[in-house]
Amino acid sequence: MIEILYFAWVRERIGLPKERLETSAATVADLVEELKAREERYAAAFADLTALRVAVDQELTEFDAPLDGVREVAFFPPMTGG
Amino acid sequence: MAVRVQHEPFDFGAEANAFAAGRSDAGAVVTFTGIVRDLARGDLDRMEIEHYPGMTERALGGIEAEARARWDLRDCLIIHRFGTMVPGDMIMMVATASPHRADAFQAAEFLMDYLKSRAPFWKKEYTRDGALWVDSKDADEAALGRWAKG
Repeated sequence: MIEILYFAWVRERIGLPKERLETSAATVADLVEELKAREERYAAAFADLTALRVAVDQELTEFDAPLDGVREVAFFPPMTGG
Repeated sequence: MAVRVQHEPFDFGAEANAFAAGRSDAGAVVTFTGIVRDLARGDLDRMEIEHYPGMTERALGGIEAEARARWDLRDCLIIHRFGTMVPGDMIMMVATASPHRADAFQAAEFLMDYLKSRAPFWKKEYTRDGALWVDSKDADEAALGRWAKG
């Protein structure tokens, strides 16, 4: 089971802050494809990956990152702190 | 060394005084405070800042550790708020203490540059016309380039 978290407009577009998913996806990119195939709201949220960032177990990473042993994946737009 | 992520306001003067008080190990203290700025049209009703609990503390702690590895710092403080704020409210502050002025200034700038685009905060602005997520700026990302190690 992987916990998937969404923040900012990704959360709004998908309509929930987090969910748990049983997946056999090998990488973040595979997981994105799996989510996009579920429903239109996911397809809309993940339409342009250049507008998104991903963190795996709370560390920023790339979309080709492996999911083996991962507990938590988060998707969000570029950060605007400060 | 401290990183605080909090909803409640902070007292900038009290924080800066406590940070600088009794310091004989560092001749230089630099502070920076970020304040909610109104929009050019003057119609910002409020700003909401969302964050990623857990990752936020980790990311800020990592940025602080990197600053301490690069500069001669005796102490370092990062406070960043989340939740609802209005124009004029203080969003965040950093403070650095070093024996040397240049280290204190550079470390403070480094902390600011990194927490702008590497700490998981997102700002949403509310006006009477609606709400908009604040876009990240190319300039903020470019600012990280000057800290790249050669």
